[in-house]
Amino acid sequence: MTATPLLEVEDLRVRFHTDSRTVEAVRGISFALGREKLGIVGESGSGKSQTGRAILRLTPPSAEVTARRLAFDGIDLLAATPRAMRRIRGARISMVMQDPKFSLNPVMTVGEQIAEAHRVHRRAGRREAREKALEMLDAVRIRDPRRVYDLYPHEVSGGMGQRVMIAMMLVPDPDLLIADEPTSALDVTVQMQVLAILDDLVSRRGMGLIFISHDLDLVASFCDRVLVMYGGQIVETCRGGALHEASHPYTRGLLAALPQVDRPPRDLPVIARDPAWLLPLPPEGRP
Amino acid sequence: MSIGQSLPGTGALASALGGFRRAYGLVGSVILTLLGLLVITFVIARVVPIDPVLAVVGDRATPELYERTRLELGLDRPLYVQFYLYLRQVLSGDLGNSVLTSRPVIEDVARFFPATLELATAATLLGVVVGVPMGVLAAVRRGSWLDHLVRVVGLAGYSIPVFWLGLVGLLLFYAELGWVEGPGRLSVGYEDIVDPVTGVILLDAALAGEWDVFRDAFAHLILPASVLGYFSLAYISRMTRSFMLDQLSQEYVTTARVKGVSEARIIWRHAFRNITVPLVTVIALSYAHLLEGSVLTETVFAWPGLGAYITSSLLNVDMNAVLGGTLVVGLAFVGVNLLSDLLYRVLDPRAR
Amino acid sequence: MTAAANRPAGLRAWLREEAPSSRLQANLVQLYAGWRALRRNPLAMIGLAIILVLLAVAALAPWIAPFDPLHQDLANRLTPPGGAHPLGTDDLGRDILSRILHGARITLTIVVLVAVAVAPLGLAIGCLAGYFGGWVDSVLMRITDVFMAFPRLILALAFVAALGPGIENAVLAIAITNWPPYARIARAETLTIRRSDFIAAARLQGASSLGIIWGHVVPLTISSVIVRVTLDMAGIILIAAGLGFLGLGAQPPSPEWGAMIAGGRKYILDQWWVATMPGIAICVVSLGFNLLGDGLRDVLDPKQR
Repeated sequence: MTATPLLEVEDLRVRFHTDSRTVEAVRGISFALGREKLGIVGESGSGKSQTGRAILRLTPPSAEVTARRLAFDGIDLLAATPRAMRRIRGARISMVMQDPKFSLNPVMTVGEQIAEAHRVHRRAGRREAREKALEMLDAVRIRDPRRVYDLYPHEVSGGMGQRVMIAMMLVPDPDLLIADEPTSALDVTVQMQVLAILDDLVSRRGMGLIFISHDLDLVASFCDRVLVMYGGQIVETCRGGALHEASHPYTRGLLAALPQVDRPPRDLPVIARDPAWLLPLPPEGRP
Repeated sequence: MSIGQSLPGTGALASALGGFRRAYGLVGSVILTLLGLLVITFVIARVVPIDPVLAVVGDRATPELYERTRLELGLDRPLYVQFYLYLRQVLSGDLGNSVLTSRPVIEDVARFFPATLELATAATLLGVVVGVPMGVLAAVRRGSWLDHLVRVVGLAGYSIPVFWLGLVGLLLFYAELGWVEGPGRLSVGYEDIVDPVTGVILLDAALAGEWDVFRDAFAHLILPASVLGYFSLAYISRMTRSFMLDQLSQEYVTTARVKGVSEARIIWRHAFRNITVPLVTVIALSYAHLLEGSVLTETVFAWPGLGAYITSSLLNVDMNAVLGGTLVVGLAFVGVNLLSDLLYRVLDPRAR
Repeated sequence: MTAAANRPAGLRAWLREEAPSSRLQANLVQLYAGWRALRRNPLAMIGLAIILVLLAVAALAPWIAPFDPLHQDLANRLTPPGGAHPLGTDDLGRDILSRILHGARITLTIVVLVAVAVAPLGLAIGCLAGYFGGWVDSVLMRITDVFMAFPRLILALAFVAALGPGIENAVLAIAITNWPPYARIARAETLTIRRSDFIAAARLQGASSLGIIWGHVVPLTISSVIVRVTLDMAGIILIAAGLGFLGLGAQPPSPEWGAMIAGGRKYILDQWWVATMPGIAICVVSLGFNLLGDGLRDVLDPKQR
């Protein structure tokens, strides 16, 4: 790994303030990322998605994001101006979101949307952007790019929509891609196909990847390293291939809860939760 | 009766036509709606009044004229025959004669309609040009002074009677400040200089190159158009704001932010493009209602349009004129909404 | 003393009960929760205050009005505001303040009459259409669509023209042209109720269709219709004022606000107060209904803002 990691996160916290109370969605997590594939797993509400959005500074206005350090390639993301942030977004850090039905603009053709991603960052002419977009559509293995270019999002299937999304996010050639549950809205049959495309492109371009999912098995087989989040904290970090060595009771509980093909399920076990897991791990972490 | 609050939510008329459209297709729905209008005007003409003949000929008519009209209307025959006669007459373009002007109603309507069109169009333009950006910015800067202004303007638009606002406007801007011209479409010296080609004085004057007339006509138009346009503005800005708020919370806006697209581009190229379709419906609805709201405005400003024609006929119990005017406004109403329906099909890729 | 202090607290607790013991309590609990939400909205409270003042003024007009609203005093005609006549006098020397105070009664009467006329009409058509379905539904809804597709003000004008001017006819015309939205609401509610088990049970017991509609469907749909009518009050006031302004509603010398503006129109440039004052009264009252209506909408339908 290089001397300065691609992304440094230290004591990241995301709080939501409402009239009556404050909810802490992410409670002081720290990790570093090189040009590797990092998985973040956890159940819904564990803070994994908010972590991804906090890195791009795209949390909702009601959220407060603090961190001792949140740096990308040495750039302090929390101190960056909106303008500087816009130069980073897309060009250097991108994000693939969950459901192409909602994440693509319904009244722009998919080609226009990909071309826009290119034109925002490179001063390119209309034709050059179009060529680039067609190239990218081809790269995500869309068979007839010229036809698909002029389709509207409602005219493409979920799997194709997500491939369009990947094309759009990779066209400016970013260094880091955050994939936030990129396959959970898709049919099981196309999930693997989309994952294979994602894997292939990320490996070939040597990018960093943060893969956010609730699917432990998938993450384990796909990523180099896995962070397990629970209640806004990282409870365990393991190597991707060595998940069975996990020691934290929550992770073990998650693993035990997976149905096995060779062992027909009788009762799927319920994870026994321990409030002690939610205690702040490093005591100095609290302000 | 200020147009402000007679405007229903976005969909009242759209959905009214929608009900028909689902059942009978677009053309069928328009025909059925028009037929319905004719039934209503027929009922008002022949069934509601105690003496329909008197309502048509006026109370100073001779007994001979009275009797002749009674037979012409078919009042001695069953109701469905009467309706058939009425239908045949209206479809052949005959709306009867006006007691007040003693001309065919259809001619009167053709003469007065352009003035109403001019007023309603100018008002809608004002409402769109000011209201749409106001609504968009209010949604973008939620909670800012502009957002509160849109709310206040909206509330006032639903609470102020249009005829009263017109009077106060005359008092302030004409009598006190002298910024605009008073009632009417033209000052006395400027009448009859320009031949009515389109009937819209601004256009006619521009075509004839009579710029003094144009300026005078504009100075007369600006106040009634502003008064009427205020209600259009209130409605359009309020609806634009709520459409925009809805769009800005959509996931595709986050996608655009992830791509690094500038906020201005996100607002106008992404979110705004998504509201153009419902916005067209809102603007059409507002325009149609301004045609209606012009009844009161024209009365206040002595604007010689269809609204003033209808009200003066009303007060003189000139039923042919009232119903002819009603029919034409109703037709314009349906026409504007048909137009918005067609535009909708062009603008929304999902509807193609 | 202690009993008096305890009672309201006990009542409040009863009204906040999470497990109500009767249907009445359940309804009241819901109502009370709505009221507490409404009370937090200052604008809605201002609206409510305006309406309460209107009610009080209408009830007490003869006692609080300084003059007889119809009393003419030609020596003091067109007096500017101030002195004995805080809002001035009109062209016949009548006190404008007294006329506005008495006019509150007319406005309130019109609003109540329209509500009383329009709600049953919409309710009847909507419930019949929704309950019977089939061709009854098609025909009634097509009629509703036609009425909704046309300018309501113009239709109301045409009706008044045919019926003749006057308050009763104006009320009738407003009701005839304004029922469609209520019919749609009633129909939508009826459609959901129609499929319930208790309707099927009633039918099995041999109850007639009209009996079921009157006994079961109408009581359940009436509240939504009433709420919607309340939200539309400001609109009704403005339509009535407009008809009055055109000389088609209340007739002189009645101190109806719209007619008062029409009477002051001639003097707008020199004696501005004659037409302006009643207009302010209309604005304030319809603003009150709008503010309360907005607040109610937020409470009843938190999704739509």
